[in-house]
Amino acid sequence: MPRPGFVLDVDRSTPPILFNHGETFRLEKLPPGRSRVIYPAEPLKPLEHPDAAIRHALLNPVGDSDPLPALLKPGMRLTIAFDDISLPLPPMKRPDIRQRVIEAVLDLAAAAGVDDVVLIAALALHRRMTEAELRHAVGDRVYEAFAPHGLLVNHDAEDPDNLLFIGTTDQGEEVEINKRAAESDLLVYVNINLVSMDGGWKSTATGLSSYRSLRHHHNVKTMQHSRSFMDRHASELHSSNWRMGKVLRDSGVKIFQIETTMNNNVFGTEGPMSVLQKREWDWTARDRVTFLGLQKGLDLMSSSARRSIFQAWRAPHAMTSVQAGEVEAVHEITTENTYRQHLVPVEGQTDILTMGLPYICPYNVNSIMNPILVMCLGLGYFFNLYRGRPPVREGGVLIMSHPTPWEFHPVHHPSYIDFFEQVLADTTDPLEIEARYEKQFAEDEWYRHLYRTSYAYHGVHPFYMWYWGSHAMQHLGQVIIVGGDAKAVRRLGFRPASTLQDALEIASDVVGRDATVTHLHNPPILMADVT
Amino acid sequence: MKALRFERSIPRYAAAVAAGALAPGAGAKVGPLRLKSIDPPDLPGPGWVAVRPRLAGICGSDLSTIDGKSSRYFEPIVSFPFVPGHEVVADREGTDGTDRVVLEPVLGCVTRGIDPVCDACARGDLGNCERIAFGDLEPGLQTGFCCDTGGGWSTLMVAHESQLHAVPAGWTDEAAVIVEPTACAVHGALAAGVTPADTVVVLGSGTLGLLTIAALRRYTDAGTILAVAKHPVQRELARSLGADVLVEPGEALRATRRLTGSLALGDGPIVRLTGGADVVIDCVGSEASVTEALAMVRPRGRVTMLGMPGKVQVDLTGLWQREIHLVGAYTYGTEFRAEGPRRTFDLAFELVEADDLGRLVSATYPLARYEDAIAHAANAGARGSVKIAFDLRNEKERRRA
Repeated sequence: MPRPGFVLDVDRSTPPILFNHGETFRLEKLPPGRSRVIYPAEPLKPLEHPDAAIRHALLNPVGDSDPLPALLKPGMRLTIAFDDISLPLPPMKRPDIRQRVIEAVLDLAAAAGVDDVVLIAALALHRRMTEAELRHAVGDRVYEAFAPHGLLVNHDAEDPDNLLFIGTTDQGEEVEINKRAAESDLLVYVNINLVSMDGGWKSTATGLSSYRSLRHHHNVKTMQHSRSFMDRHASELHSSNWRMGKVLRDSGVKIFQIETTMNNNVFGTEGPMSVLQKREWDWTARDRVTFLGLQKGLDLMSSSARRSIFQAWRAPHAMTSVQAGEVEAVHEITTENTYRQHLVPVEGQTDILTMGLPYICPYNVNSIMNPILVMCLGLGYFFNLYRGRPPVREGGVLIMSHPTPWEFHPVHHPSYIDFFEQVLADTTDPLEIEARYEKQFAEDEWYRHLYRTSYAYHGVHPFYMWYWGSHAMQHLGQVIIVGGDAKAVRRLGFRPASTLQDALEIASDVVGRDATVTHLHNPPILMADVT
Repeated sequence: MKALRFERSIPRYAAAVAAGALAPGAGAKVGPLRLKSIDPPDLPGPGWVAVRPRLAGICGSDLSTIDGKSSRYFEPIVSFPFVPGHEVVADREGTDGTDRVVLEPVLGCVTRGIDPVCDACARGDLGNCERIAFGDLEPGLQTGFCCDTGGGWSTLMVAHESQLHAVPAGWTDEAAVIVEPTACAVHGALAAGVTPADTVVVLGSGTLGLLTIAALRRYTDAGTILAVAKHPVQRELARSLGADVLVEPGEALRATRRLTGSLALGDGPIVRLTGGADVVIDCVGSEASVTEALAMVRPRGRVTMLGMPGKVQVDLTGLWQREIHLVGAYTYGTEFRAEGPRRTFDLAFELVEADDLGRLVSATYPLARYEDAIAHAANAGARGSVKIAFDLRNEKERRRA
């Protein structure tokens, strides 16, 4: 029986706490008597027979939906959309969940005589997936059967010939999605729901949409009114997507939603990486030696060598649930299953929230975690991993640990470089950035070209990263990055600190000397349920 | 008299090259430049007078010479030993602050006693004089590179009357000493062929770059000016003098692309643009800056080399394929403007006064501290400075000669 997540009060006997720090780690002593650590739950038991569970879900849908076989007819147009490279994190060991689900759907389609099938990587404004990445996601068999014939494609949000304007929500939000998906007799969307933000109407309304549509919810106002965007019922981001979903449904777009959840088994139970998901006081002498060896070895490597090693890691996380059918009914169950793994009850807020940022976020798979992504991971994703209230009080301090190198992947993140060099050199205010610069970047012909033909994130994407952190920026009194490139950290508008102790000292100017400290021990992922 | 003199010495030259490669300005410690007591220069002929420098600036070309980085191109047009210093405000002999002059250092036909003068000098384009190694003077393209004239880094030198411009009453010596580099910048800005609303990139924001920005704003109808500035003080000054967009080195190509809406070739780091700026003025003159200039200018755009380039290796395929105009801009002479021909120096005087450019003189040194002065000048930007000059006003030798 896996142990649930819990909150540890730090006392003098508490061992140093593990902080992720990009492709390295730090062991930090937290101030005793006023600190606590929020630990994630141990990995839930995975589904014993995932393929059987998938088939069962397809045949026994939830909500107002027929079983999948009943929806499949000869001569129909079937489109299967699936989550892109941003999920799951880290990428999982083969077979990927998407492969399992897509193969099951294709088996049923073949049995029903459906031969007009197209697979689409629902990447919205993310970069296109490479052949290797597509093969990993859907499996070689599916790739070989579809890709050579142009039937396995990356969604292109800048292809005017393959977008369809569906309509407008009652709040004036334009809904435009992939034309093939919209005009198909059935759209099957295959999700990997890593966190509670994923899935629901967001899958189609965001993953298959265009800038014209996305700008209605990927903006500062929406993000500042999402408390948090991990809590669907308190998230304006999701409310907007749900309104768009209604437009899709009312227009006759027929969607069969498949959602899957996965456990927290990021680093496995064996091997040198397994120590990273153990609680520190559970570390054996062997674990300590392993960790020291790991740390020493990493220290001896160049940053690019470390990055290669970590980016090659394929996590053993496994499926804990699968549900299929009508979008909203499916998503309700999914959310419960996600919460079952992630939610940790936390009493009250803290003055200082600390977090060690790992090497990966949704937008640097096989890539570089540039400073903007560091900001987004900390102030966007980790900060928003709460239900109720943020774990840190309004006006409190966030201390993040990450090397934050002034380094960008020139192919994947070209507009990020310009955003960092031009926009952030001018202002870090999300509203000002949105008003003054977004349109220029969103409509830049070169970025558009690179997004469509190379492997670049869309020109507007760094703006979304910045907006993702806007709720946290509004909420916090100060942000400090420990161990980061000082120049890069300052460009982000944050304070650099060499050590955690320095950071706590700096923070005391804002929250006082006896401030309470809470450490978010993530990854593996946890979500604070703050009362 | 006391002077910093540059002598022909192969071993010292080799030492300067080695030292200069390690640290900019280090050639002053081991190279051919030495502080000496020497005889004052003779008056080379009629029309020549003795002047006593008050301030004498340290120019980028001086630094290249000291660190042994100058091109061998100059060998036939300089004469050894010479006293450097061509950015000079001086007193006429026998006066002390009451009859100050600024030196226009180019040694054209008139200064060389050549009559009739060459075509370039006849046009007023002294910088293009075809007789800089002939006539009454030993070879020397300017005062400060000619063994017959002395130079500003001394307590006494000689100058031809035609080289001297009276300093307006009320001017500081700092304002006066910046006139010569300002004239270079004015000439460069006008040689760049800027047409109304052109996007102009200025590479480098040292003294020459900053003055070029000021000149562009006053004497052209440039649209957006993008300046590449490495150091904070340079960025502040560049903005105050008229630059609209400031970027750090390494960011210029991307910034030019953003500014002009150009595309870029390839999908990795940007190496060249498909469009680009209408005009690029290179105030650095390095291999990297020339390459960058050619990569960021639009087809049929104009690259003006204002910084002294030396020997560089550059792929000119893009120049050919994109029909880029690459032009040089050296010193000054006569500018042909809509209102009629004007001496570049006259325009420079106006600009110095209008923009209070004397403020660019950041520090001065006595001759005895020449090593510190050269080191400071070679690292001016990093040390929050712009123009470094020698201050001869209090030299004891100045009174003795």
